[in-house]
This record gives sequence, structure tokens and C-alpha cells, in this order.
Amino acid sequence: MAVETTTRAKLRWGLLDVLVVVFALVPVLWIASLSFKTPATLTDGNFIPREWTLDNYRTIFDTDQFVRALVNSIGVALIATLVAVVLGAMAAYAISRLDFPGKKLLVGVSLLIAMFPQVSLVSPLFEIERQLKIFDTWLGLILPYITFALPLAIYTLSAFFKQIPWDLEKAAKMDGATQGQAFRRVIAPLAAPGLFTTAILVFIFCWNDFLFAISLTSTERSRTVPAALSFFTGASQFEDPTGAICAAAVVITVPIILFVLFFQRRIVSGLTSGAVKG
Amino acid sequence: MSINATPTGADVAAEETRQPAAVPKQRGGRRKPPLSENKKAERRLGLLLCAPAALVMIAVTAYPIIYSVWLSLQRFDLRFPDQREFIGLENYVTVLTNEFWWTAFGVTMLITVVTVAVELVLGMGLAIIMHRTIIGRGLVRTSALIPYGIVTVVAAFSWRYAWTPGTGYLADLFSDGAPLTERASSLAIIMLAEIWKTTPFMALLLMAGLALVPEDLLKAASTDGATAWQKFTKVMLPVMKPAILVALLFRTLDAFRVFDNIFVLTAGGNETSSVSMLAYNNLIRGLNLGIGSTMSVLIFITVAIIAFVFVKLFGTAAPGSDDGERR
Repeated sequence: MAVETTTRAKLRWGLLDVLVVVFALVPVLWIASLSFKTPATLTDGNFIPREWTLDNYRTIFDTDQFVRALVNSIGVALIATLVAVVLGAMAAYAISRLDFPGKKLLVGVSLLIAMFPQVSLVSPLFEIERQLKIFDTWLGLILPYITFALPLAIYTLSAFFKQIPWDLEKAAKMDGATQGQAFRRVIAPLAAPGLFTTAILVFIFCWNDFLFAISLTSTERSRTVPAALSFFTGASQFEDPTGAICAAAVVITVPIILFVLFFQRRIVSGLTSGAVKG
Repeated sequence: MSINATPTGADVAAEETRQPAAVPKQRGGRRKPPLSENKKAERRLGLLLCAPAALVMIAVTAYPIIYSVWLSLQRFDLRFPDQREFIGLENYVTVLTNEFWWTAFGVTMLITVVTVAVELVLGMGLAIIMHRTIIGRGLVRTSALIPYGIVTVVAAFSWRYAWTPGTGYLADLFSDGAPLTERASSLAIIMLAEIWKTTPFMALLLMAGLALVPEDLLKAASTDGATAWQKFTKVMLPVMKPAILVALLFRTLDAFRVFDNIFVLTAGGNETSSVSMLAYNNLIRGLNLGIGSTMSVLIFITVAIIAFVFVKLFGTAAPGSDDGERR
């Protein structure tokens, strides 16, 4: 009896699992499938390509338009992530460990910014950046990215920092370690997973952005891939860009899939801890 | 235990014995002066560490929003810069009496309400699956994170091609027409794309709440003969209430910003523009800074009102209220 129910339970959970996996993966597999189709079979509506080709990938890597956008995407997202995590870590350390006036205010303000309608910033930033001559530059994108990534970084990191046993630092100093050694050997290794998780979440956020990317850029100089995709025309003007768009889409999806595959546990804990304790 | 401003005798005695252990850096037995010195240093360090983050956030949000209020009071079209002048609230009258604005507002509200409601149900289901499943938990969690992580524009292109007649695997599902050229079906597809993308995030937030449900309580309910549904509504939901409200607030405000999916799927055609889409079109396509800023301010105010309503809701949903129900 007991054995039977567990098998049946397993079967039921298994079915639900399959449902979730299919639901999550179908759109991703579909765009990957399109990217491997030849121009002749592109419009056959088949889910699995009848003829496979890598031509679409060759096309996009041969055009300056995509390579340039990819460089912009990587550069902007990496710099914004680095700055947001460093500034976020400083603020989160203060919030989780120190007592100072304005702490609640800072937490409140970052919550407000997390919920801020980004489009409300597009018009004023467009005008301000034009005046400051940073419109259509990396800096012009990095600034708003840092701003909207900071609440995420501060929340996630303060949740992580609250779990660190800070007494170990004292213990290390008691044992004769200097302040610097205590930090390097004891605290830094404990804080590293939290910093890393936060960096992934912030990177995903910057990598994903479309509204700022399309509003605050006007040329290939700083246009990131999500924005560039909507301007894609293929190798020549007369070619259907579908294959090229799909190939480019797959290229910028690969890093996300790798993050998710390798760091699933961390991402889940980062998102959930920030949500509850924040 | 906090230190009182006017310590009683007993407190002082307790302090004296406790202090060396609690605050080892303090010298001597005197309490106030060294403490405030320490406190001062701590305050200074705290402010110093927070200053850069706070400055960036304020410089990039507070100043521009004030600036956009200023811009919204002007006639300011970049194509006719000579006509720039202060016109008071005229832009607000223009926008608020414009049917495109109200259509976009209705579309945004509809998308927000429908997607958040569906996501709450699906997200709860997904959260329970991710939390409880006996087999393949890692696989399920990994798959569920893919929609969360994927670039919205990429997913939107996938949906667009899926519904494009001839190309897509879904195009012939309902009728022979092109679903993305009709209003109702376009809106349905936009909502589908939104729900696909953000249900996992909702589920993760709910899962955090699910982890707080005490296992003993569920077992106790089982022994008392509660059905699965009763356990869900009587035990899990009350415990999860704060997590659900937080998830709803975050998702509602996020859904209200809907832009990427509409941009790629319909470009706002067939009256499927959201308010974000409309503001973007007035600004970047129309180069009308005055009207664009007016819409920015109106969207900001709407979001503030939604947030306010939710916070009020939090107030009424605080622990006291459901205690009263039970007793």
C-alpha cells in the first residue's frame, strides 16, 4: 500500500515537473530552432528544423552591427555590475552592521527606486544626457543601470551579510591576526558567495534592459544587443532578418542559461532571501 | 538590551558588569563619553559607506523626476525649439483629454490586473511544485529560472515568430488570420508573454513565504483530518500572507511598466500601446519633450498611488487583523 502510494505520488510529481519544464523551455527551444533553419525552411512552421545550418551565426558575426552591440552589452553590463556591487556592498555592510541616522530612510528610498516606473526617467534623462554630452555613450547607460541595480544589490547583500558570523573576525584578531588579515582570511571568504550571487542577479538585470538601451542610444556606438535586435536587417536590406535575429537572440541567451545551470541554487537563495528579510 | 538615557541604579550595576564583554574596545568603567565617541565613529562610518550609493540613486532619480515636472510645464518640441515656452498645466489638459492616453491607460491596467492575477495562481502552483516535488527538484528549479533570466526582448521575438502565419508553430492554433494583427488576440499574446516571463519570479517570492510554513502545523492539520485544500487555505495562506502581499506589490508595479513585449510584438499597433509605450513614442519618435515629460509625471503619480494603496493594505493586513478573526 505504502509503496503503491509513493509510486503514484512520484508519478504525479513527475508529470507536474515535466509540465513546468516544457512550459519553461518551449519558447527558448523555438528561437534556437529558428536560428538553425535555412532560409528555405524558415517559414515551414516546423518546430524542429528539417535542414540545419550555421549560416545565421556566420552572418551575424560577420556584421559589425552585431559584434559592436555585443561588445557594448558586455562592457556596459560588466562595468555597471562591478560598480553596483561595490557600492551596494558598502551600503549593505553599513545597514546590516552599523547604527546610524538615516538608515531606515536609505532602505525606504531604495525600495521606492526598486518600484520606480523607469519610463518616467526616460524623458528627463534623455534631455539631461544630451546637455551633459553623455547621450549615446556607455556612461549614459551605466548610470541608470547602476541606479536601478543598487536596490537589488543592497537588499540581497544585507540579507547575506546578516547571516555572516561576524564574531569570527574578533576571534581571529584575538588569535593575533591584524585587521587586514582578519578581513582577508576570515570575512572575505564568507562574504564572497553573497557578493557573487548579487553580481549574477545584477548582471542579469543590466543584460536584460531594453527601455533605457533603446531610448538613451542612437547609434552603434553604445547600442546594446536587445536594442540592436529591433534594428536588425540581415546581411542586406532585402534579406529576411528572422534567422539573424534568432541567432543573435540565442547568443545573448547562452550566458543566462550557463548562469542558471551552474548557479541555480545561489540564484534561488539570493532572490528569496532578499525578498523575505528585506 | 538598549541603554537608557537616565539609567537607574540597577541598570548601572548591570551595565558595569556587562560592558567589558559586550563592548570590548571601551576603556575604563565610565559609560557615556566613550560610548558616544564610539557611536559617533560608527555613525560617521555608516554614513560614509552609504553616501556613494545614496548619491547615485538620488542623482539619477530624484533630480530627473523634478526636472521632468519642470519640463512638463513647458511647450517643448525638439523639432520646433523656438516655440519653447512656459505654459503651465496645458500639457496635462492635452494629455488627460486625449483618447490615446486613456486607451493606453486602460490597456496597461487590463494587462496589469490580468497578468498579476494569473501569475499569482500559476506562481503559487509553481512555488508548491518547486518546494515539494519529490523528484527532479533541481531540474524544475533550473528550468523555472530560465524565463526569469532570459532577455525579455528575446522571449518576445520567440512569441512573435511563434504566432506569425507560415513561420510559427502556434499560428494556426485558433484561426486562419494573423493573431498579431487583431486587437484582442494581440493583447492576449502580450499577456501570455508577460505571464511566461514573470511567473517564475512570482513563484520564487512565494516560495520564500512557503518555507516559513511550519511543517508541524501541516502535520497537525493532517491528523485532525484536514483535506489538502483546507490545509492550503487554513494553514498555508495565512502564514504566507505577508509574502503574498510583497509579491503582489512588486509584480503589480512591474507589470504596470510593461514595454518590451509590446514593443516587439505589436509596436503598439491596433491600440495595444501601454502608457510606457505611449510616453516613449512621444519622446523618441515624436521628440516632444513637454508631452513626454507630462506622461512621465502622470505614470509616476499612478505608480505612487498604487504603492500607497498597497501599503495601506499592508497596514490593514498587519498581524492584528487576522488574529481578531480567529478569536
